[in-house]
Amino acid sequence: MTTVDKCPVAFPLRQPGQSFPPPQYLQFREQQGLVSTTLPSGEHVWLVTRHEDVREVLTDPRISSNPSHPGFPRAAKTGGVPSQDEVPGWFVALDPPEHGRFRKTLIPEFTVRKVREMRPAIQQIVDERIDAMLAAGNTADLIADFALSVPSLVISTLLGVPHADRDFFETRTRVLVTLTSTDEQRQAASKALLRYLNRLIVIKQKRPGDDLISRLLADGTLGKQELSGVSMLLLIAGHETTANNIGLGVVTLLSHPQWIGDERAVEELLRYYSVADLVAFRVAVEDVEIGGQLIRAGEGIIPLVAAANHDGTVFERPDEFDPGRSARSHVAFGYGVHQCLGQNLVRVEMDIAYRTLFERIPTLELAVPVTDLPIKYDGVLYGLHSLPVRW
Amino acid sequence: MRISVDTDRCVGAGQCVLSAPDVFDQDDLGIVMVLAEPADEPAREAARQAGVICPSQAITVGES
Repeated sequence: MTTVDKCPVAFPLRQPGQSFPPPQYLQFREQQGLVSTTLPSGEHVWLVTRHEDVREVLTDPRISSNPSHPGFPRAAKTGGVPSQDEVPGWFVALDPPEHGRFRKTLIPEFTVRKVREMRPAIQQIVDERIDAMLAAGNTADLIADFALSVPSLVISTLLGVPHADRDFFETRTRVLVTLTSTDEQRQAASKALLRYLNRLIVIKQKRPGDDLISRLLADGTLGKQELSGVSMLLLIAGHETTANNIGLGVVTLLSHPQWIGDERAVEELLRYYSVADLVAFRVAVEDVEIGGQLIRAGEGIIPLVAAANHDGTVFERPDEFDPGRSARSHVAFGYGVHQCLGQNLVRVEMDIAYRTLFERIPTLELAVPVTDLPIKYDGVLYGLHSLPVRW
Repeated sequence: MRISVDTDRCVGAGQCVLSAPDVFDQDDLGIVMVLAEPADEPAREAARQAGVICPSQAITVGES
């Protein structure tokens, strides 16, 4: 068993000028025990980087997702999540068995079959975005004009959030997923989103639509306040993560065109980029040993999914983009009971987005050198701020 | 091969349906169900993979 590292590493590890994933991940996976780091808040946490250890952290009942436990890594500057007390219905911050009531209410909406039924609607959204890009000329910012707008329209259609309010919820969400946002900015954004969704729920009560919020209202399992929190979670999770995946994937497929249209590319892109590397925060509620390291009750833990997904003992030549491999055991969507609820929707959105984009704009190319693309070093999620393209 | 599923543990991620669509499905509530025992080696391999990647460890695959 190793003791606490005398020189904690800097956090986050993703820094300008570095390759992705951070090269230190390799070193961390190979060293004994876990790695200790200090968050900008001064809190000490353990970083978990091996695939097996990450899966253990995400399934061990002695490790909690609930930020109300002392020691939970909740520094705003590292993208700390709200707690159930702050946002009722924010069920990613709940442990079993409380978590199960929310999850079970929502999973019928996100099954493989249900998501397949959404394909025509998603296809239409993708086609309309491409129509708009083509009509506007021969250049675009593929993030704003496509990668962000597609998932944003898809999740708002599913939830029943008016498309006209996209700018409002995208702007607030961006505050929540930016590492440099202050506590005040974060709280204001979160309150504005909740107020908005509360109002929307009142409207849906009077005039139900064919949408998820109306169905959950009719179902009645969740209280109205809980429903606002759940809707906020789905709205946020539903567009930012997918947007980053679509954008990064387009860049990679431009240099690996032989994989365009192959659905294995989607799974490999999810593994390769692991955009939600800094999303799963945990705390030990009892003493627990992970990867030969004793974690004391009350110590924070950050399982780094990008590190796990580049673990060479699970994925050969992990830093190579190779859709021919079997990437399915990746933990890009997390692992355990909190594994991404919308993962099948993400897969379908990415698949349709790539197929359609490259089919309809076969001459698509980057308008700047790949090394000039602005990476979100200030983001909770890995991705690009913009993606200038031309055709 | 013996496949058993724990419907109480299942969190409806649907990974088993993607991995082994001939073996697993989700019911209307999104919970795992076994459609059929795997018929051949590729299907058995897919079922094993589903067991390994199931996020809630709700799938047990026995080789006997």
